[in-house]
Amino acid sequence: MSQVVVAASRLGLSRGWLEFKQTMAASQELIWTFVINGAFFLVLVLQRNSTVEGVPLALLTLPSLLGMSVATGGLMGATSILASHREDGTLLRAKAIPNGMIGYLVAQIVLTFLTTIFGMALVLVPGLFVVDGLTSVGPAGWLALIGVLVLGMLATLPWGAIIGSLVKSAASGFGLTFLPISGVVAISGIFYPITALPDWVQWIGQVFPIYWLGLGMRAAILPDAAAAAEIGGSWRHVETIGVLGAWAVVGLLIAPAVLRRMARHESGSTMEARKERALHRGY
Amino acid sequence: MTVVGERDEPARGAQVAVDAPVIDVRGLRMRYGSLDVLDGIDWRDHGRWRVRELLRHLGRYYEPYATAERPRPYDVDELIETVGLGEHAGQKLATLSGGQRRRLDVAIGMVGRPELLFMDEPAAGFDPKARRAFHDLVHRLSDLEDTTILLTTHDLDEAEKLADRILILAGGRIVADGSADQLARQVSANAEVRWSRGGEFFVHSTADATRFVRELFAQHGEEIADLEVRRATLEDTYMAMVHRVETGHVEEVFSL
Repeated sequence: MSQVVVAASRLGLSRGWLEFKQTMAASQELIWTFVINGAFFLVLVLQRNSTVEGVPLALLTLPSLLGMSVATGGLMGATSILASHREDGTLLRAKAIPNGMIGYLVAQIVLTFLTTIFGMALVLVPGLFVVDGLTSVGPAGWLALIGVLVLGMLATLPWGAIIGSLVKSAASGFGLTFLPISGVVAISGIFYPITALPDWVQWIGQVFPIYWLGLGMRAAILPDAAAAAEIGGSWRHVETIGVLGAWAVVGLLIAPAVLRRMARHESGSTMEARKERALHRGY
Repeated sequence: MTVVGERDEPARGAQVAVDAPVIDVRGLRMRYGSLDVLDGIDWRDHGRWRVRELLRHLGRYYEPYATAERPRPYDVDELIETVGLGEHAGQKLATLSGGQRRRLDVAIGMVGRPELLFMDEPAAGFDPKARRAFHDLVHRLSDLEDTTILLTTHDLDEAEKLADRILILAGGRIVADGSADQLARQVSANAEVRWSRGGEFFVHSTADATRFVRELFAQHGEEIADLEVRRATLEDTYMAMVHRVETGHVEEVFSL
């Protein structure tokens, strides 16, 4: 058993890499990614001359954007992949192959990681040229960034998988995640400091992973003195790990059961029914 | 087919097309890695993958199940040639036509060199040309490979052309089992012989058409024209069988 599982997981790794390359070659989707990240870049350029308590504003925003990229990449990425693969039959195909689901899931985790890292790089690399102070981040800082990335993916990806398993179509998956995430982003101190918001809004913001991912990224990249601008005047490492860890644990506990249930119910007839509905809707 | 093929609990409206033996499907799949389904679904999956790329990837899942007498997976390039996709091996799935796509489905079903391959209405919605090409392919597969193909169809002509053994289901029960020829004999042992002699047409029903025709020629020689020997088609057989079931003569059919 275990040998077969290892073999399937390894196939999943190569499949994930292949699908990433295919995504990179699909120009239509990439245009969307470049437009969004171009907008982020513009924000950084516009902010480059302002400072908050001595710290360049752009240097505050950049790590926050990275944190947001992790959250949206993990959650929306997983949701859209799963929902569209259920719709087009890719998942059903994986199900019909021995251990195909193992390979499939490993591949989608790899793919989500790689596309998220790619999205982060699109913010980070141009950022190196326009944001002052970024070049002085040491190896420890970059290592911490990777740590936050991994923890953030653990905290968000399982929830994306859960939503992707429950929604009826890729379109409704997008609708269900995009607006709430935008709302949470607005109160998570990504584009301006959370401390400027009313107390009760701050509390709501701190329930979700996006604020903590932004904070974690800021803690990794910014000079220690910048912590003064945060809630409680500290990077709150323990709380960051605690909240993100809690989302990860609960998500990882629930996701396997939801995925299994979804996979069991997935069949040619459910796929046909979905297609029928899509035809009736007219798109 | 749904039950067996998709390893599901019986879904609403699903019919168990096979008798009890195939029940622990999950176990079978793990043991042989060889069950597969082709149903009338319009697959749109893996649109960005190329034909050879996808077959190679999916085939590798069968590697752990290879045995000395059953190498797995199938050689991908050979398989692509067999299903007639040689020219399209480097093409993306999204650019394949419906018929090419269906042939790829067959290749995906075969790539693990299964002992049993399920096809659920595989040629549904094909134009006559694509249908014929597909039938040729099924013939090739059933001739070349030690793979049993279990095919469901409403097209009796298709069944007659492709199948060595036909089971007819009516009212959820197997009402007939045999080759097309055997089934025809079960319904009616007689063949119909038609001929003309001196501008006059004749019809005669006989159990031994060959002998009857021989005697006919012995008797009248060159006077015989328009000779035609017709045994019941599968369609005739089917109609007769269904009629018997509907009129409550099921047991009679079973006893045949």
